[in-house]
Amino acid sequence: MVYLTRKAEFSASHYYNNPQLTPEENHRIFGKCNNPNGHGHNYTLEVTVKGEINPQSGFVVDLKQLKEVMQKEVLDAMDHRFLNKEVPEFTSRIPTTENIAIAIWQRLQPRLKAATLHRVRVYETPDLFVDFYGEA
Amino acid sequence: MKAHLTRRYLFSASHRLHSKALSDEENRATYGKCNNPFGHGHNYHLEVTVSGPVDAQTGMVCNLVDLDNLVAREILDRFDHQNLNMLKEFTVSVPTTENLCRQIYDILQRRFRHAHLDRVRLEETLMNSFEYDGEGTHSLIL
Repeated sequence: MVYLTRKAEFSASHYYNNPQLTPEENHRIFGKCNNPNGHGHNYTLEVTVKGEINPQSGFVVDLKQLKEVMQKEVLDAMDHRFLNKEVPEFTSRIPTTENIAIAIWQRLQPRLKAATLHRVRVYETPDLFVDFYGEA
Repeated sequence: MKAHLTRRYLFSASHRLHSKALSDEENRATYGKCNNPFGHGHNYHLEVTVSGPVDAQTGMVCNLVDLDNLVAREILDRFDHQNLNMLKEFTVSVPTTENLCRQIYDILQRRFRHAHLDRVRLEETLMNSFEYDGEGTHSLIL
């Protein structure tokens, strides 16, 4: 089994708010991230796929295909967007780094044919990242 | 759904690698430059990884404020800008980055209640890093 990781970057804004909570509770739990006007990050995405090496091509996966799927499913949807208002998943879920990693997994997983998705890693900043392995 | 969250921190400290169980010659042979009696220092980059189900209400594995506060109080306040050899944590064990990594894991494991502690990773320099995930039964708790 060989693991291959492809990186991408996107920039987006978001804020954290749960409409089921009071404004005071939202502010207490989410602090500065609760500012309804939003704030932004440069996100770094790492997508790791795994598989056996194809004896004909020497590849685990066709990188061009992986890059295209990441572009279409993630970057076109999230780059330079206000995640709360422009990405459907986040009308009902808070766009935390955890939920962004899960949403990216759910977008990529059905589209990857040749290789198995192993891990989605999303860096919100260089000092904070979330890994999602598809665990229930 | 279960996610794994990693947070990075920075602290600076000095140490000298010297074992009381070894002779001076053996210490020099084992630890080389790190055995310099006056010590030397590093900028340590610490990575703490915790995991758990993503809370449906908050979208979080745990509140970062809780993790940051605990690491600041229990790790950074304890080790930042200190000579590690002078601390009670290293009266017995040598302050190698392996041992420091285990100390940090043990401290956080005892205190952090908001998510499961997966792993502590400590970079001593850009070239050296160490990881501990609680494997083994030996405890350094003094």
